[in-house]
Amino acid sequence: MTNEAKKQIIDVGDGAAIPRKSDLGLFTAWRIAFFGAIGVLGYLAYTKPDPYLNILKFVPDGILVTFQVTLGAIGLAIVLGLITGLGRISKNRFFNGVASLYVEIIRGIPLLVQIFYIYYALGRVVKVPAVLSAIIAMAVCYGAYMGEVVRAGIESIAKGQNEAALSLGMNGRQTMLHVILPQAVKVILPPVGNEFIALLKDSSLVSIIAVADLLRRGREFASESFTYFETYTVIALVYLIITLFFSKIIGVLEERVSVNK
Amino acid sequence: MSTNRRKMVEATEIVKIYGSFKALDRVSFDVFDGEKVVIIGPSGSGKSTLLRSINRLEVIDRGRILVDGIDINAAKTDITKIREEVGMVFQSFNLFPHKTVLENLTLAQIVVRKRSRQDAEERAMALLERVGLAEKAKAYPGKLSGGQQQRVAIARSLAMDPKMLLFDEPTSALDPEMIGEVLDVMKSVAREGMTMAVVTHEMGFAREVADRVIFMDAGRIVEEGTPEHFFTAPTHDRAKLFLSQIL
Repeated sequence: MTNEAKKQIIDVGDGAAIPRKSDLGLFTAWRIAFFGAIGVLGYLAYTKPDPYLNILKFVPDGILVTFQVTLGAIGLAIVLGLITGLGRISKNRFFNGVASLYVEIIRGIPLLVQIFYIYYALGRVVKVPAVLSAIIAMAVCYGAYMGEVVRAGIESIAKGQNEAALSLGMNGRQTMLHVILPQAVKVILPPVGNEFIALLKDSSLVSIIAVADLLRRGREFASESFTYFETYTVIALVYLIITLFFSKIIGVLEERVSVNK
Repeated sequence: MSTNRRKMVEATEIVKIYGSFKALDRVSFDVFDGEKVVIIGPSGSGKSTLLRSINRLEVIDRGRILVDGIDINAAKTDITKIREEVGMVFQSFNLFPHKTVLENLTLAQIVVRKRSRQDAEERAMALLERVGLAEKAKAYPGKLSGGQQQRVAIARSLAMDPKMLLFDEPTSALDPEMIGEVLDVMKSVAREGMTMAVVTHEMGFAREVADRVIFMDAGRIVEEGTPEHFFTAPTHDRAKLFLSQIL
């Protein structure tokens, strides 16, 4: 029956492997990786406090900055993505054209280049903190991808839903707001979670423009103590623990949404 | 059918073309106030397209359609105003799956008709009572059978207090044992004087309820008349053949 919500998972796939219960292999792997990483980190810090414990004490500031950049950018990217997604399906040629152009241009330029570019371009006009510049750069980039996720989510809602709303006298805006978007959100949620994790990982790129994120803090420590191998071991494990933690949360959220109704 | 009655729908020489396929080929027909018109014909004959052009879910390429005296394809016409008055029931129900049965009935009343939530819910409950589904008000559509969903869909259309209802093959997606309950609701709506245009394959319903039967083939109306005329003495060969196959 066409009015049953189409089950559709848009797997963007550049985030993390979401441990779904249906995928027993990943589910088990998640446990081994997550608790293994915590165990290794704890073991190293306990048995060789110099340098491991020192590194661990040095990087929390960076973790906070990484979260700051990630959360700021994802929030802004969702807003940009919503506008872009609506633009991409709009019949208004100007709105559609601008949205499509944005997607086309942004997806064609490497993120690292965008981060440099926005940092220096913004710097010519206004003096903004590097963190803000980083957030804007990440959001502009991810907004383009998010726009495609939103568009796909909206288009996945059966045509009959639109027709039913219109036939009740609702206009396009009311239909979108009350009927299409609430249903699209459920379809969009998993890929947005995926984008979130991808963004969290990519946020390490901002260390290039004097933003003291997790990676940059690690580099600072390493270059002073010459413990490159040890420091990057810790940095990698911390990133791993963070992303696994969030992928678990997203997995749980996904299940909630699919059980509900 | 006296001609001095008000016309709810007046379609003149309408044409709808998909690519090179003429779905509607200069079709003219009227629906009078309070009249029940049943449209039948083989699949691909244009009957659904005809119905859907009345509330402009399909935009015609040529011709003119007046609904309650208003040209629905005129540039200055606000189509949402027409659609408020012309309800539609779909083959696939199209209930909103993220809303409860009650919310399905109240949404457009509140958003479009600007009724208060309380008024809308009262109206909705009265209608659910009428279609025998008051106890399902808090359920989500996914938990209902097809027949129940379609009864809710009819109630949802009625909640807007439309002047006319369009039914697009309302029982075609149903299991046979559920067809009766939906037809019963449609008959009761008909008895209350609603203007109805119904595309259906249910000949029993056509015989019992229709004031007029329209038979379509290849984008044209080939036969039109009272049910007695149509079922006992069709003049057109295509209609005779169709009847012999379906009855």
